Amino acid sequence: MNLASVDPLYSHGVTGVVLLIVLIKVLVGFGAIMGAVTLMIWFERKAISDMQSRIGPQRWGPFGILQTLADGIKLFFKEDLVPAGADRFVFKLAPYLTLVPALITFSIVPLGGTLTIGGHRVMLQVANPPMGILIMLAMSGISVYGVMLAGWASGSKYPLISSVRASAQMISYEAALGMTIVTVILVTGSLTTHDIVTSQAHGVWHWNLIRLGFVPFAVFLIAITAELNRPPFDTVEAESELVGGFATEYSSLRFALFYLAEFMNTITMSAIIVTLFFGGPAGWIPPVPHLKWIFPIIWFVAKTTFFAFCYIWFRAALPRFRYDQVMDLGWKRLIPLSLGWMLIVAGFLVRPGWGLVMAALVVLASVVLARAFDLGHRREVGPDSVLGAVGRRPLPGDVLRKLTDGEGA
Amino acid sequence: MIAATYNAAGVLVFVTASTLMLVGALGVIVVKNPVHAAISLIVTLFGVAIAFVAQSADFLAAVQIIVYAGAIVVLFLFVIMFLGVDRRDDVRVEPLVGQRPLALAGVLITIAGLVTLMARSHWVTGATRVSTSGAPLATGQGNVRQLGTAVFTTYLFAFEATAVLLIIAVVGAVLLARRERRVDETLDDELDVEVRS
Repeated sequence: MNLASVDPLYSHGVTGVVLLIVLIKVLVGFGAIMGAVTLMIWFERKAISDMQSRIGPQRWGPFGILQTLADGIKLFFKEDLVPAGADRFVFKLAPYLTLVPALITFSIVPLGGTLTIGGHRVMLQVANPPMGILIMLAMSGISVYGVMLAGWASGSKYPLISSVRASAQMISYEAALGMTIVTVILVTGSLTTHDIVTSQAHGVWHWNLIRLGFVPFAVFLIAITAELNRPPFDTVEAESELVGGFATEYSSLRFALFYLAEFMNTITMSAIIVTLFFGGPAGWIPPVPHLKWIFPIIWFVAKTTFFAFCYIWFRAALPRFRYDQVMDLGWKRLIPLSLGWMLIVAGFLVRPGWGLVMAALVVLASVVLARAFDLGHRREVGPDSVLGAVGRRPLPGDVLRKLTDGEGA
Repeated sequence: MIAATYNAAGVLVFVTASTLMLVGALGVIVVKNPVHAAISLIVTLFGVAIAFVAQSADFLAAVQIIVYAGAIVVLFLFVIMFLGVDRRDDVRVEPLVGQRPLALAGVLITIAGLVTLMARSHWVTGATRVSTSGAPLATGQGNVRQLGTAVFTTYLFAFEATAVLLIIAVVGAVLLARRERRVDETLDDELDVEVRS
């Protein structure tokens, strides 16, 4: 395999210095994400408490910034319980299955430009593998197992329901996620995150957000929020229905791992959004000698912080979806939308005329689809319902649906 | 001939990947708990993905993880969780008569086919390795381009036929699961299912 084709660091062969640089990159990346998670947890608690007119953490350090550390120490010294009905091996395995994918996904995010250290060109990202952004899809596929197996292995009812919900939800939204990523890959012509970022580096008009026309970004943002089980898609750990969801039976360090992974994923996915649609580290660089390399990093951190804040904002502002609404949104809205948009983008890339043809076809298909949804919806709630007697009991008319969804649903 | 081109790192990767595959595959068969068997299957799939990466088939490796480990085994687990893990079927009962001799014959035919292929030709493509001889696989995005070209030109008919087959399967499954029935009939059916299980 030709490593040099994806990373100029290996162009002179793999020597001791190169290995040292790689090791330093890994350690710095690990330190950065851990530090960021500590800050993120504090930031979320503080921002949420501000939005809810509370004070929030304030005891440890200035503005309570060391609260996460204190919580971590507390969790570390708590008793570690494994329920009697648990499958011990899987119960202990599950937290790592959520944590490790979160770490690996972060390793492909470009944090800055390219540095030259002692004749070696060093990309400021932990790794730039040839399969690039597909790593992120693969890892989000793996992180399903963490939640799913945790819920099952607890040997308890609510976590089991939570894990069934989690697996269905995460698989549903992966399709929409994959198709928006395909539009990005189509317009970039490459899978690697480095190429995705460099193709957007020539100003705001080249950002994929604008080049692809907002829709893929919107779909990606919604799908990734659902994939992370963040509010308003956190039906997996809906307190009012499922106690603590899949993590109900977890305590001590294992719970801390889940907590860590959740916030790590939030940061990583903010960073992935920035990489895919907002040019990553691209931005205006002031003419300061010797310090030019630091500005891309600042841009990257600023953009990522903005999206991390957006997630907190969602949590504070939006009420949780009902589970069937989550499924409807995923399958009936986002997947057709992202599929259609992908066809239009592909058409325009070949020739504008083809793009218009594709757009016409997509409009036609969406009319047919809307008609199909309408028919199916009427069969579902109408007097001669085809749904069996089990599950959804026939309601008097569709009173309840109208009560919760309004007239238009 | 081939052995001369192997290096230590390549052998190490091959041994690791093969160990993962074999241990996982054995686990699927030997382990009693279905959830543990599914986890073993994931281990096998990871081994296969590593083998793909070692052969410069990066895209296939990623797809292997995304599709098989990320979706198909999740669905297996989903079904297992729905049906409950505690149900044990008796191994001595054969649901289909003559199932076991037929399975044995199938395994023997497969092994014979593989051995014949190995002995008489270089597998299907005529290449002993994916990366160097025969049509070489390019790394990175060239990899995807090659696969895409192959799928949409040489193997277009097979590709489209598979797509149609999958659509038919999905439509059929939906039709079977949600066919229209009268209410009393539905109740009878459900009672029947409960009695049988």
